[in-house]
Amino acid sequence: MAVQVQQKRTALTGNYAVAEAVKLADVDVIAAYPITPQTTIVEKLAEYVADGIIDAEYIPVESEHSAISACLGASLAGARTFTATASQGLALMHEILFITSVLRAPVVMAIANRSLSAPLSIWNDHSDSMAERDTGWIQIWAANAQEVFDSVLQAYRIAEDRDVLLPVMVNLDGYILSHTVEPVLVPEKKLVEEYLPPKPLWNRLSVKTAYTLGVVGPPEYYFEMKYQAIDAIERSRSKIKEADEVYGEMFGRSYGVMEHHFMDDAEVALIAMGSVAETAYTAIKRWRERGAKVGFVRIRVFRPFPAEELRDLLKGLKVIGILDRATSPGSLGGPAFAEVSTIFVNERQRPLVKNYIAGLGGRDVPFSGFDYMIQRLLEAAEKEEVDVLCEYVGLRE
Amino acid sequence: MLELLGEHIEKQGCGKVAEKKLLGWREIPIGAMNDRPGSSAEYHIGAWRTFRPVVDHEKCTRCGLCWIYCPDAAMQPREDGYYEPNLDYCKGCGICANSCPVGAIEMVSEVR
Ligand code: SF4
Ligand code: SF4
Repeated sequence: MAVQVQQKRTALTGNYAVAEAVKLADVDVIAAYPITPQTTIVEKLAEYVADGIIDAEYIPVESEHSAISACLGASLAGARTFTATASQGLALMHEILFITSVLRAPVVMAIANRSLSAPLSIWNDHSDSMAERDTGWIQIWAANAQEVFDSVLQAYRIAEDRDVLLPVMVNLDGYILSHTVEPVLVPEKKLVEEYLPPKPLWNRLSVKTAYTLGVVGPPEYYFEMKYQAIDAIERSRSKIKEADEVYGEMFGRSYGVMEHHFMDDAEVALIAMGSVAETAYTAIKRWRERGAKVGFVRIRVFRPFPAEELRDLLKGLKVIGILDRATSPGSLGGPAFAEVSTIFVNERQRPLVKNYIAGLGGRDVPFSGFDYMIQRLLEAAEKEEVDVLCEYVGLRE
Repeated sequence: MLELLGEHIEKQGCGKVAEKKLLGWREIPIGAMNDRPGSSAEYHIGAWRTFRPVVDHEKCTRCGLCWIYCPDAAMQPREDGYYEPNLDYCKGCGICANSCPVGAIEMVSEVR
């Protein structure tokens, strides 16, 4: 894309990329509680507010439950809001996440993904946000600092669209993205203002309107109220695409709901999410150079799940491998695996599926791990059979 | 209880009209919202009450604290300046009796 806009090449960690985007988005209210590895996001934002660089209300709350509650209230009053968390902090927000989506509050939150206790771990996997996949939030999963930055800005445009009005979480891998410095192109504020919806937003707590929010939903009405949010996330599909396309036109970068390579003649493919997908890509590229017909897919938007797009891309494959960095103990496999598997459930001709669970609690997934996964996919394609449905890669016996 | 709540919502919670028909998801305001301010006045909650506040005008100084503290705006001033609960809305919580500085309000059981 030949887009000629002034963008400053800046060295930023993933967390500072989030803070930079939030600064440019001109937020009104930031409510936050520190938690590793997210802390430097809200620390940086606190600094910006204290220095008068952002004209926002900064609420240093006593817990994540209060952070999301404060954002919810402020959002209903028409403020553009932001919070960030990870792991136990996100788990503590759990009940309010459902409320935020059904009350249709366009809160934007960054998650520096970290595993959940026990045992206590500050390191990266995807179990925190995967456990929140049924809360009605839109979920974007980034693979590098630039995408983190761009996704936060896109998140505001998607969330605040009057046809959507839903909260969005932007996921970045703890430490691997949150604390690693990368070059990030940062556009001018004027252009960001043009890209984002105009303020003020819809104020539902104005004395002029005096609405009652969060009413009781008896059995006669709960279903209808809940369904409105289901309908909204369905309608968000086209808005997510539009937000990404317009971003591409204005700033020269767009991502789609998923990223894929080497898929034209692929017989097997490996699906991954987040930063580990970049290692997967390099491993797959090496196998390609050796003539293996293996393709690469990275799911970027997990909610709403891009089932149609994936069906078109994956149909005709012999075997699909899905890498999960989260588990659902007692089920057949991880959450991404379950989701991808349902795409073909009613098709007569369908690819075989295979799940890999790896990288839990910050365990590295090295090239050798990917080589194993790819080799097992090729074996399954050859035999036309999946011997082990779910394999734990990198686990010591 | 659920019937009461259903009627409540139907009358004022999500609907634009006070008719009996249950509304579809496209017909109600988004975001679990009641867009009709003041509509709780249509809903009589007095049936929940097990104790009723009785004001002794001999002791009452007409200070109005019971009126200020009543969470349901049920305690209201009369023309003569004394306060009496509107029993359509009084839930019998006893906050008025507790807030009265001269002990003029007695909570009397509704169960006889
Ligand atoms: S009992 Fe409670 S609801 Fe009734 S008048 Fe007193 S304060 Fe109000
Ligand atoms: S608080 Fe007591 S004294 Fe004051 S107005 Fe009410 S009943 Fe009378």
